[in-house]
Amino acid sequence: MTTTQTITHTGRIGDSAQRPDGTLKVTGQFAYSSDLWMDGMLWGATLRSPHPSARIRSVDIGPALAVPGVHAVLTKDDVPGLNAYGLDHADQPVLAADVVRYQGEPVALVAADHPETARLAAERIVVDYEPLPPVTDAMLAVGHISWDTPGQTGVPRVHPEGNLVRHVKIRKGDPDPQADVVITGEYEVGMQDQAFLGPESGLAVPAEDGGVDLYVATQWLHVDQRQICIALGLGPEKVRLTLAGVGGAFGGREDLSMHVHACLLALHTGKPVKIVYNRTESFLGHVHRHPARMRYQHGVLRDGTIVYVRASIYLDGGAYTSSTPAVVANAGTMGIGPYDVPNVRVDCYGAFTNNPPCGAMRGFGTVQAAFAYEAQLDRIAAELGLDPVDIRCRNAMREGSRMTTGQLVDSAAPVDELLRRVQALPLPPPVDPTQLDLREQPGGVSNTTHGEGVRRGVGYAVAFKNVGFSEGFDDYSTARVRLEVVGGEPVVTVHTAAAEVGQGLTTVIQQIVRTELGVENVVLAPADTQIGNGGSTSASRQTYVTGGAVKAACELVRGEVFDIAQTCYGRAVRDLHLVDGKVISPAEGGIGSLADLLIGTPVERTIEWRHRPTYPLDPETGRADAHVQYAFAAHRAVVDVDTELGLVKVVALDCVQDVGKAINPQAVRGQIYGGALQGLGLALMEEIVTTDGIVRNASFTDYLIPTVLDAPPMQVEILEYADPHAPYGLRGVGEPPTISAGPAILAALRNATGLPLTRIPVRPEHLIGSVGR
Amino acid sequence: MRITCTVNGQTHQADDVWEGESLLYLLRERLGLPGSKNACEQGECGSCTVFMDDETVCACLVAAGQAEGREIRTIEGLSEGDRLHPIQQAFVETGAVQCGFCTPGLLIQVADLLRNNANPTDLEIREALAGNLCRCTGYEQIIEAVRLAAARIHPTGEFAR
Repeated sequence: MTTTQTITHTGRIGDSAQRPDGTLKVTGQFAYSSDLWMDGMLWGATLRSPHPSARIRSVDIGPALAVPGVHAVLTKDDVPGLNAYGLDHADQPVLAADVVRYQGEPVALVAADHPETARLAAERIVVDYEPLPPVTDAMLAVGHISWDTPGQTGVPRVHPEGNLVRHVKIRKGDPDPQADVVITGEYEVGMQDQAFLGPESGLAVPAEDGGVDLYVATQWLHVDQRQICIALGLGPEKVRLTLAGVGGAFGGREDLSMHVHACLLALHTGKPVKIVYNRTESFLGHVHRHPARMRYQHGVLRDGTIVYVRASIYLDGGAYTSSTPAVVANAGTMGIGPYDVPNVRVDCYGAFTNNPPCGAMRGFGTVQAAFAYEAQLDRIAAELGLDPVDIRCRNAMREGSRMTTGQLVDSAAPVDELLRRVQALPLPPPVDPTQLDLREQPGGVSNTTHGEGVRRGVGYAVAFKNVGFSEGFDDYSTARVRLEVVGGEPVVTVHTAAAEVGQGLTTVIQQIVRTELGVENVVLAPADTQIGNGGSTSASRQTYVTGGAVKAACELVRGEVFDIAQTCYGRAVRDLHLVDGKVISPAEGGIGSLADLLIGTPVERTIEWRHRPTYPLDPETGRADAHVQYAFAAHRAVVDVDTELGLVKVVALDCVQDVGKAINPQAVRGQIYGGALQGLGLALMEEIVTTDGIVRNASFTDYLIPTVLDAPPMQVEILEYADPHAPYGLRGVGEPPTISAGPAILAALRNATGLPLTRIPVRPEHLIGSVGR
Repeated sequence: MRITCTVNGQTHQADDVWEGESLLYLLRERLGLPGSKNACEQGECGSCTVFMDDETVCACLVAAGQAEGREIRTIEGLSEGDRLHPIQQAFVETGAVQCGFCTPGLLIQVADLLRNNANPTDLEIREALAGNLCRCTGYEQIIEAVRLAAARIHPTGEFAR
C-alpha cells in the first residue's frame, strides 16, 4: 500500500512546517558525509597514539608504504603550513611531532585503494614511543592540593605554559556573609560523549588551481576553513568547504577531526580522498563533555532564602585547549543556577591533563554546574523541611534580577512559573501490582523484579543557559536572499553558511522567508564558504542569529520590492504588504504581482547580522554584560528504583520550557525530547571511563546511550514569553532541556532512596548504598 | 570473490569482493546503495538494518558472502517511485526525523514490526525498536510516527510489503 497524500512543505512562523530534507532522509537519498563517492577516490586512515603521554623517538613508515594498494603515508613532516590548530588557541598538532598528549592523538596518515588496506597499512607504521607518566587529575594538574588551595603537587606540565587553561572568578556582594544554616556538598560528573550517529567523515578533492574542495560534516564551515588554511599554508580562496549531510553533532563537530588529514592526502596524491571514522575512532577522535569535580556551599536563612553561594569547579579539559576557556566561563557565570543570590563567590578552573580532550557538548559547562546546584537546593529543602519546588520558587531569578556578573536579566525569566507548571502536569498512575508488566519495571525483561524492592521517587530541577556566543565575541551570521520570477512564479533562494545538523534550521529559514516575503517557493542553496560566515551551529544560536540574518535580508529585499512597486504604480503608497506573490495595500488593494514587477530584475540582498554586543568578564570579579540571552527549562522526573539491584526505570520526564516564540512547535518539541534524553543518559548510563588516561569503553557495546526502552514518555508544555531583543521574540531551544533533565532524575532518585547520590552517572552500586555516594 | 544477490527486486553482481567485507560494505560501496547507514559497524545501533529474505539483519554483521543468492531489501526499496510508503510519510509528518542517520534502519525495523503486528501497543513498539539507537529525537516522535503509520495501514488490515 502506498499513500496518496502529498507532502506539503509550506508553513510560516509558528507552523509545524515539514523538513525540506525529510523525503530525502526517509528514502535513503540524503547524502551524508560518509556516503560521498567519486571515481578513483582513495580511502584515508589515521594512526593514533596508544599512549596518553609519550615522547616519540622515531617513526618508520616504510612497512606501510610497502603494502600493495597504498598511495601515500604522511607524518608531521608532510604538513606544509603550521602544524597546529584549535578553536580558541592553536595548540593541537595536525600530526604529532615530538610528543603525544592523549590516547588517540593522530600520528600518521595512510591513503589506499580500500579502507581496510589503509587501516592495515597504518598498523604497520612503526612508532618508537617512550611512555611518560600521564597527568590525569584536574585539581592536581592546576597545582591545587585541595579545593582552591595551591601547593606542591609535583604534577608535570602537559604544555610548557602550564596546566591552567583558565580561571574564572565571580565575586558578588559581601565576601563574609552570615547565614542561619550552611550546606556543603561535593559532586562529580563523568565524561559524556556526544555520540552522534553519523561518524566523522568527508571527501577532499584536489583542484586544478592547487587548492582543495572539502565536503564535510561540521558545525561551522568558516572556522574549519580558517584552521585548515593555516595548516595547509593556503589562502581561503584555495580551500573551499561545502557542508555534506551531517548525522548529528551536539558540539562534537565544533573542532576539526579528519578535515586537514583528508586535504593533506588529497593534495599529496592528486586524488580524491575519503575518510570515515569507525565508532571506536570516533570516540577517540573528537572532544567530549568536560568531567567535573565541584564543591558547593550554600548559606541560607531558616525560611529558605539563599544568602550566599560559594562554589569551586574543576573542569578537566584534557590534552588541548579546544573550547575549554568558554566552557569555564559558562560554568562560572551560570554556576549558581537561575537563582537570585546577593553574595556569590565562584572559582572555576579549566585544566590541561593527558585525558581525552574535552570541548563543546550541548549545555556547554552549565550541565555540570546544574547537577551540583540543584542537588544543593534539594539538600537545603530537606534540611529546612521545605518543599523542593517552594524553595526554588522562593529564590527564583525573574525579569529584573541581576546575574552573578551584575548583568541585568532584561527579558522574561519565568523560573517560578516553569516549576509550578511542571508540578501541575499530571503524574503517572502508581504501579498496579495486579497489572505488572515486566517491560515497565526496572530491569525490564531481564525479569529482575516483580515489584519487590521497587520504590518510586519524584524530583524537580530548573536550569538556564546563555544563547549565542558571549564575552565580546563578534557573533554574526551572513545571509543572501534573492527574489526572482522563474517560469512566471516568484522564487526565493537563500544562501547561508550555517550548518543544518538535524535540528531543523533549514525548515526555519524557509518559514521565515515565507512569512517575510509571502512567497511559498523557497530554495536553499548548499551551505558553503562561497558566502560569508554563518557562525557556529551551537550555543542554541542558529535560529536566533542566522534566522535573524535571513529575516533582515528579507526585509531589505521587501523594501526594494516596495520601491519597485511604487515606481510602477506611479506614486507612493503607504502600508504595503507582500502576500501570496502580490504587493497589496489595505487602502488601495492590489498594487502589482511579483510576476509582473520583477520580470528580468531579480532583487538580491546580502547582510551580516549581529545580536546585541556582549563584553569580556572582569578578570577579578567576573562583572560584565557577558551574555546575549538566557533560556530556561524546568523538568519533573518520576523514577522507579529497584533498591535491591540498583536498577532504574524512568517512568516520566516532563518539561516546561519558555522558548520566547515557537517558530516550529513540532521541531521545538523534538529538541526538548531529544535534549532531555541526553540528560537522562548522563544521569544514568553515559560515561567515557578512563584509567590512567586510557579510554576503556570506546564502542556502543560499552558506552551506552539510551534506547527507546530507556526513554520515558515525556509531557511537554511550551511557554512563549517574547524576548524583545530577539527576532520574533524567540529564545534558543536546544540546550536547556539537556541541562535540567538529569538533575531532575537525580532528585527523583534521592527522593526514592534517601541516598545523597553525589556523582553522575549514577551506578547501581550507588543506588543500593554499597558505595558512599 | 564474486557475489550475486537480489537487492530491491533487481539482481546485482559484484566482483573482486574481499572475504572480510560486510553486506553493508557491499551495499554501500560496491552496489551504490548508501541508504543503509554505518554508525557503529558492530551491530549495536541498528542504522544498517535491512531485510534479508524477510528477516531483518544488521548488514554490518552479515558477511558479504552470506548474501550470495539471497533477497535483500533496503531503505532504497521501501517507497514506490515518488510515492512514500506510509511509514516514511508518517516519519516525515510527525517530526520523527532530525539528523536522519538512524532513520533508514528504523524504517526497515518498523516495516517488520507492522508486517507482523498491525496494531502494536506502545510497549510493543518500544520492544521492537530497542535495537535501533537514535540520538536526536528522544524517540517520542518516532513512537508517534509508528502509531500514525499503523493507524493508516490498519483499516484495510493489509500490509502490502
